[in-house]
Amino acid sequence: MRLSVFGTRHLQALLGSFGRLARHPLATILTLLVIGLALALPAALGLFVINAQQATGGFTNAVDMSVYLKSGVPVAKAQQLAAAARQRPGVARVTVIPADQGLRQFRRYSGFGAALDALKSNPLPNVLHVVPRASASSPADLEALRSYFAAWPEVDVVQLDTEWVLRFNAILAVIRRLVLIAAVLLGAGVLAVVGNTIRLEILNRRAEIEVTKLVGGSNAFVRRPFLYTGLLYGVGGAVLAWGILETAVLVLDPTVTTLAQLYGSRYALQGPPQQVLAALFGGGMALGWLGAWISARRHLRSIEPRA
Amino acid sequence: MATILFERVSKRYPNGREALTQVSFSIASGEMVFLTGRSGAGKSTVLKLVALLERPTRGTVTVNGKSTGSLKARHIPAFRRQLGVVFQDHKLLADRPVFDNVALPLIVAGAPLKEVDKRVRAALDQVGLLGKERMLPAELSVGEQQRVGIARAVVSKPPLIIADEPTGNLDPDLSLEVMSLFRRFSDVGVTVLIATHDQHIVRDLAKREIVLASGEVQDEDTDVLPHVVATR
Repeated sequence: MRLSVFGTRHLQALLGSFGRLARHPLATILTLLVIGLALALPAALGLFVINAQQATGGFTNAVDMSVYLKSGVPVAKAQQLAAAARQRPGVARVTVIPADQGLRQFRRYSGFGAALDALKSNPLPNVLHVVPRASASSPADLEALRSYFAAWPEVDVVQLDTEWVLRFNAILAVIRRLVLIAAVLLGAGVLAVVGNTIRLEILNRRAEIEVTKLVGGSNAFVRRPFLYTGLLYGVGGAVLAWGILETAVLVLDPTVTTLAQLYGSRYALQGPPQQVLAALFGGGMALGWLGAWISARRHLRSIEPRA
Repeated sequence: MATILFERVSKRYPNGREALTQVSFSIASGEMVFLTGRSGAGKSTVLKLVALLERPTRGTVTVNGKSTGSLKARHIPAFRRQLGVVFQDHKLLADRPVFDNVALPLIVAGAPLKEVDKRVRAALDQVGLLGKERMLPAELSVGEQQRVGIARAVVSKPPLIIADEPTGNLDPDLSLEVMSLFRRFSDVGVTVLIATHDQHIVRDLAKREIVLASGEVQDEDTDVLPHVVATR
């Protein structure tokens, strides 16, 4: 068979399937809506994970620690300790925050300005802000660094700011697993919906299938329009799911912006990135095609022409 | 060479009914043959065996040089493209215009669109329906519908045409018209096998007749054509 003939046949099947879907708009839209919702849910969870990671991206990867010196340890001594700490291989950056600078910052951000004025002396100690290298951020490395600082007599407390980061990452890992479970379950749902829709269409077109087989139509020829119908359901469902995601982002964005501002961030909600869209369309098409294929394989075999 | 060859063919349906018993006959290439007999005599079963809608229980059916008993399922479509089938109820697709109905055998065979267009018009011209391509089957008369079915059967120029009671729903005038169509195909070398109970038609056309009774070949009118293979 020549390639142009081959292409023409597929185009005919595709256009035929499209035409049949267009002729029953209500039934088609209802089916698409079910598929679209089933695709949108895992995609929305995935989008949530991506946004949560990006919103907190500044600190989820770079953990840091605050080393509080005992009160009375002078700034000069703090600078000396910082210089020594910078020599350690696992340390990326050490910043000295002198007590008076710390007080200024506290006054500005806390709103306790008047109360602080009542204090006779600065109650804050000098602090070293230590950022470890990314390569030395494992829990064991961080613990080693913590004990290094804690061993100095001038140090009062070493506060590791990692626990919430670890917890947060663990929560994201749970949600990522949920995305997977939802994708598998709802994917099976899409298969069932497409398969059942195709089954009904095969039964509706029984006479046509019989005649086609009678005049020498192969199984592949008879199956083709149904596979394209499944594919179109998948694409249509993915388009709807995309619309649902974009709408959800649009609706959520103002509230998320407000929330971010409360945390001093200018984060704006991200729409579905290419990887989510690719998964949406790839998954939709694959599921639509597969659902149709399973159904066609099962039900077309039983239809043989009768005289 | 025989286009259709039945050798001691028996057909028993799953419900136990024996539709054909030890039937043997041969139809030569280019021959036009009537298959007659009462309802239930086995005419439809013979046609089903030829079109490979059924396989013989015993014996061999050879059509266009292929034995149907051992043909693999994936070769059935190619086998069916070598014959045109006409039904009493014409089996047209009600939701498709005449053109699409007639084009179906060409489309499934993968003919280029230009050729489809040309051949469909030629086939419709042969049956006198040129100009009605865009009409739906329901908009045509019964006789016209039957002629669309015939156009569909001949559009891919198969070497063999089989017809099951093609005049069953037609009045005598229309019947004669339809039968003369079949005779014209036969005249250009197409093998034609027609199952009918219309004795007038069979007499008028003076073609060879195979008579079935209770699943057996009862009588062959051997005067018309001398090269008939003996029964049983």
